[in-house]
Amino acid sequence: MANTVSTSPEHSGEGETRRDFLLIATSTVGVIGVALAAWPFIDSMNPAKDTLALATTGVDISAVEDGQRITVVWRGKPVFIDHRTAAQIESAESVPMDDLPDPEPDSERVEKPDWLVVVGVCTHLGCIPLGQKVGDPRGDYGGWFCPCHGSHYDTSGRIRKGPAPANLAVPPYEFVDDSTISIG
Amino acid sequence: MEAKTWKNPVIAWIDYRLPIFSMMQADLVDYPTPKNLNYWWNFGSLNGIVLVIMIGTGIMLAMQYTANVDFAFESVERIMRDVNYGWLLRYMHMNGGSMFFIVVYIHTFRGLYYGSYRAPRELLWIIGVFILLAMMATAFMGYVLPWGQMSFWGATVITNLFSAIPLIGESIVTWLWGGFSVANPTLNRFFALHYLLPFVIVGLVFVHLWALHVHKSNNPLGIDVKGPQDTIPFSPYYTIKDAFGLGAFMIVYLAFVFFAPDFFGEPDNYIKANPMQTPPHIVPEWYFLPYYAILRAITFDIWFVPAKLIGVILMFSSILILLFLPWLDRSPVRSARFRPIYKQLFWVFLADCILLGVVGGHPPEGAWIPIGQAATAYYFAHFLIIIPLLGIFEKTRTPPTSISAAVTPGGVGTKIKEAAE
Repeated sequence: MANTVSTSPEHSGEGETRRDFLLIATSTVGVIGVALAAWPFIDSMNPAKDTLALATTGVDISAVEDGQRITVVWRGKPVFIDHRTAAQIESAESVPMDDLPDPEPDSERVEKPDWLVVVGVCTHLGCIPLGQKVGDPRGDYGGWFCPCHGSHYDTSGRIRKGPAPANLAVPPYEFVDDSTISIG
Repeated sequence: MEAKTWKNPVIAWIDYRLPIFSMMQADLVDYPTPKNLNYWWNFGSLNGIVLVIMIGTGIMLAMQYTANVDFAFESVERIMRDVNYGWLLRYMHMNGGSMFFIVVYIHTFRGLYYGSYRAPRELLWIIGVFILLAMMATAFMGYVLPWGQMSFWGATVITNLFSAIPLIGESIVTWLWGGFSVANPTLNRFFALHYLLPFVIVGLVFVHLWALHVHKSNNPLGIDVKGPQDTIPFSPYYTIKDAFGLGAFMIVYLAFVFFAPDFFGEPDNYIKANPMQTPPHIVPEWYFLPYYAILRAITFDIWFVPAKLIGVILMFSSILILLFLPWLDRSPVRSARFRPIYKQLFWVFLADCILLGVVGGHPPEGAWIPIGQAATAYYFAHFLIIIPLLGIFEKTRTPPTSISAAVTPGGVGTKIKEAAE
């Protein structure tokens, strides 16, 4: 206040607590108001309704043979659908939990043992593991192998070896009937 | 400005190298402001806040908008229906444009009434006129983006104004369009410029404030600050007053946003642009109506100059004439408070501007043509005849010797001044 005359009653000691209270109360209301006003701006960057409307994908699996794997797109990501053979189911179910970095029994990862549905995105850094096409390397455990950093997944899509921290994610899905899956 | 010592070591460290905190302290807190400012002085900071709201909502909208003639209209509808709070952002941006012009016009007429454009604030005023021009360009291009019927035909009409330029007019219009009609290249460049210009405005505002802080605010008395007894620090006195004014403004602004969001808009703009069909009655946004009236006022050629060219020249002149106002006005006092005749003619001029707006909103037929011509003539006469003549013949009243003397003649203010010395 170099050029001005001070008119504030700074010397009145009693007034200070009341002024402090008013200042803090006003500032608090202001900050809350700004935060509330900021929410619509932030939320507008979340997925819009038309984006969410595409979040459910129906898949016809009637033509998928025993032992065949198909890839479908769900929310812009690949989803692996594996019609597992009896041998693959057996190998997935018989693994001791102690051998798994991310222990999860196979029964908790499938709706029906014949069908494994997992999001085909490596839980390490987001690459798509190999193993869907005939002739692809499937890793040491017969599931999938991520070429980016060498993660091996088993026939239940669980991580067995390599840097990935977790099993391939199981998306929410249900069997609409025997030949149709609805993902999302 | 005396150096301030900062208690916080981090702030002190930064401030020693880049005195940003000292600058904020000097220009936002201690800044000596005339102590007699009335509520008309709220509109400057209000403009700044509206600019921030426009940029904030605009950036969020730009994240969802598609600048392509095949998708623009649909992407705006998607913003309205699908994007979270998209309707709120768009209505805030749409009505914010109208509010911006209301606030900026009040701010400008405040300057006209109290003589804020007079020396030594001529450059401050001139920068303000450039801000107004930049705002008009931004608003015009923004209105094109939703790609409705009014967007398209407004863009067609306004860009065609440049075809009035002799010889090179047609080439300029083709260049503006990037084609042979308003089309996809036009929409694309308008979007790019609509995003760019607000930041140019921010730069101009900074220069505007810089010039303001040299000679400080004018005041209702239009007299110079004589010393510290005439001012109070900006904080808390005017920060709190501006905050109160902001609250009052937001009530009006958000009332439109929530309860009458399309009040300022044209229903035709919810019809997708159709280059094969012009709507029966094209009008610009309300804030351009007075200029639109001036554009259409001239219905006759003068000698060899075609009416179309005169209209365009007059329309641009109606803004550019403001640049010369500081030198057209020779009155010995600034404020209309001490100018008994100007004080009344100010309101006549304001009424004339509003009349021009009304004329601009009606089709150019019948009585509206002569009314528009008379109002246009008066608009220019105000600047070119009335104001210079008033400077010579008006008997002005004598303003008080100082801001303090106006309230406490020879009293408190003087004593404090003596004590300060």
